[in-house]
Amino acid sequence: MSALATPAAITPNRPGLTGRLSDFLWKHPHVLLAILLGPPVLWLGIIYLGSLFALLLQSFFSIDDFSGLINYEFTLSTYKQLLSDANFDIIVRTITMAAVVTIFSALIAFPIAYYAARYAKGKWKAVFYLGIMLPLWSSYLVKIYAWKLILAKEGILTWAFAKLHLLWLLDAWLALPIIGGNSLSVSYTGTFLVFVYVWMPFMILPIQAALERVPGNLIEASSDLGGTPQQTFRHVLFPLALPGIVAGSIFTFSLTLGDYIIPQIVGSSRLFIGQAVYAQQGTAGNIPLAAAFTVVPIVIMGLYLWMAKRMGAFDAL
Amino acid sequence: MRSDRSASAPLGLKIAAIGGLLFLHIPILLIFLYAFTTEEKSYQFPPPGLTLQWFAVTWNRPDVWAALTLSVKVATIATAIALVLGTLCAAAVSQTRFFGRETISLLVILPIALPGIITGIALRSAFSMADIPFSFWTIVLGHATFCIVVVYNNAVARFRRVSGSLIEASMDLGADGFQTFRHIILPNIGTALLAGGMLAFALSFDEVIVTTFTGGQQSTLPIWMLEELIRPRQRPVTNVVAMVVMLVTFLPILAAYYLTRDGDQIAGAGK
Repeated sequence: MSALATPAAITPNRPGLTGRLSDFLWKHPHVLLAILLGPPVLWLGIIYLGSLFALLLQSFFSIDDFSGLINYEFTLSTYKQLLSDANFDIIVRTITMAAVVTIFSALIAFPIAYYAARYAKGKWKAVFYLGIMLPLWSSYLVKIYAWKLILAKEGILTWAFAKLHLLWLLDAWLALPIIGGNSLSVSYTGTFLVFVYVWMPFMILPIQAALERVPGNLIEASSDLGGTPQQTFRHVLFPLALPGIVAGSIFTFSLTLGDYIIPQIVGSSRLFIGQAVYAQQGTAGNIPLAAAFTVVPIVIMGLYLWMAKRMGAFDAL
Repeated sequence: MRSDRSASAPLGLKIAAIGGLLFLHIPILLIFLYAFTTEEKSYQFPPPGLTLQWFAVTWNRPDVWAALTLSVKVATIATAIALVLGTLCAAAVSQTRFFGRETISLLVILPIALPGIITGIALRSAFSMADIPFSFWTIVLGHATFCIVVVYNNAVARFRRVSGSLIEASMDLGADGFQTFRHIILPNIGTALLAGGMLAFALSFDEVIVTTFTGGQQSTLPIWMLEELIRPRQRPVTNVVAMVVMLVTFLPILAAYYLTRDGDQIAGAGK
């Protein structure tokens, strides 16, 4: 297996077919490497990259307005269509939502990660770990369904507000422009809550990993030198945790950017990128425009990953 | 952490951390409560009464059983493919140095790093271009592609901890490559593979976005669930299925946790 190690000085040839094969692979590590890497690379290369490339190619075709058939000629007209006002609105709306969801996820995730990394011990460490892992891995649709139960007009949230005599507050919130709506389950607020709930756990683990790697004596050194806990946090701990936050934001941002099921089930009728892609390829049958729409998250995530790499976020993954 | 002498956390931090955990868990507890509600038409809270009747109704629904069987079949085969490909890839990346190693890691992570809708629509248009009819196997193909990364991550982490001197010692003592794999490497990475396989199973069992694009007429359990979410037919049955799905995904996660627990403690313990 370890093809790097230098072959032993004396290697008598082994008997039998497997022995000879083993010797051959030992003497030719490149063959071994090819055997190991071949199947996964072929699978991902052909099935995944192949289809991805084919999809991107389609964004340079256009659709014939009269026949509805795809016109296989190179054109940039689909991209012009992508930047029309209505479609551009969708892109801006989605990016704004993804950014807000990411910020709030970081705010909620940080205390959990901080506590789990620095204070939880023994049994509590396990409780925190499972407490994060179970919601993270449990069914995506069931989680959305849970929020449908919560946000429904007759659901627990309205009940809780009524019990606390705060219904006026809920009504005032829903009366707000843009983020309000007829009820929580058809407003941006509802969409936002579900997004944060579903993607926030992905933020906790990278932050926790980054915080756990901060050596304890750095904190001690900071306080020995007269730093207050606030100063230590601001100047020592937070900068060291930042790569973890950036790593986590890759997940929350990317996952929000491409989601089309959450805004479809909880939210207003205004589209997000994912819904636009789904509608274009399905009912509208406009594969080129759908492909052009998918280029948006790919480009954004490309830039994002490039920035994250420069900040050293990948070490925190 | 280790050298922290201050035993207790500031009160504000404690409240924020516990509040965050409650935010994560209360919706899940509600799913368990609603499975027993007697209310049929709305999502009324608190439930007017509790009953077990809907478990019996759900048990006798053939569409639920068909969806469940399909999901289990797809997840099993996709996990098997992902286990083979993910382990091969992890072995190559962790045991050898070669040009383009970083690119391989990126290639493996890409199907899960890019939004699911991109993977889904890319596969769908590729299938239709190649005139491959949508079937059971197109679903498996899609699922295996994004399951590889889970197995890969688990296996790579464990391979790093399998000491190279163990492998060399085995070779020095006369074992050939296959014997070393069978008796030294496999026992060492076994639990990591099992854990990775379980997580891959959970991932596939729950996947809906790619499946909507690569599935034909058949519906997996998540697809069934999605249809109920968009056009509810019988809410109490959906409630019960939601609870069962929750339980079914909990088991592999708990198992995976216990299998890799020691490894995590080593990985987390300083450096």
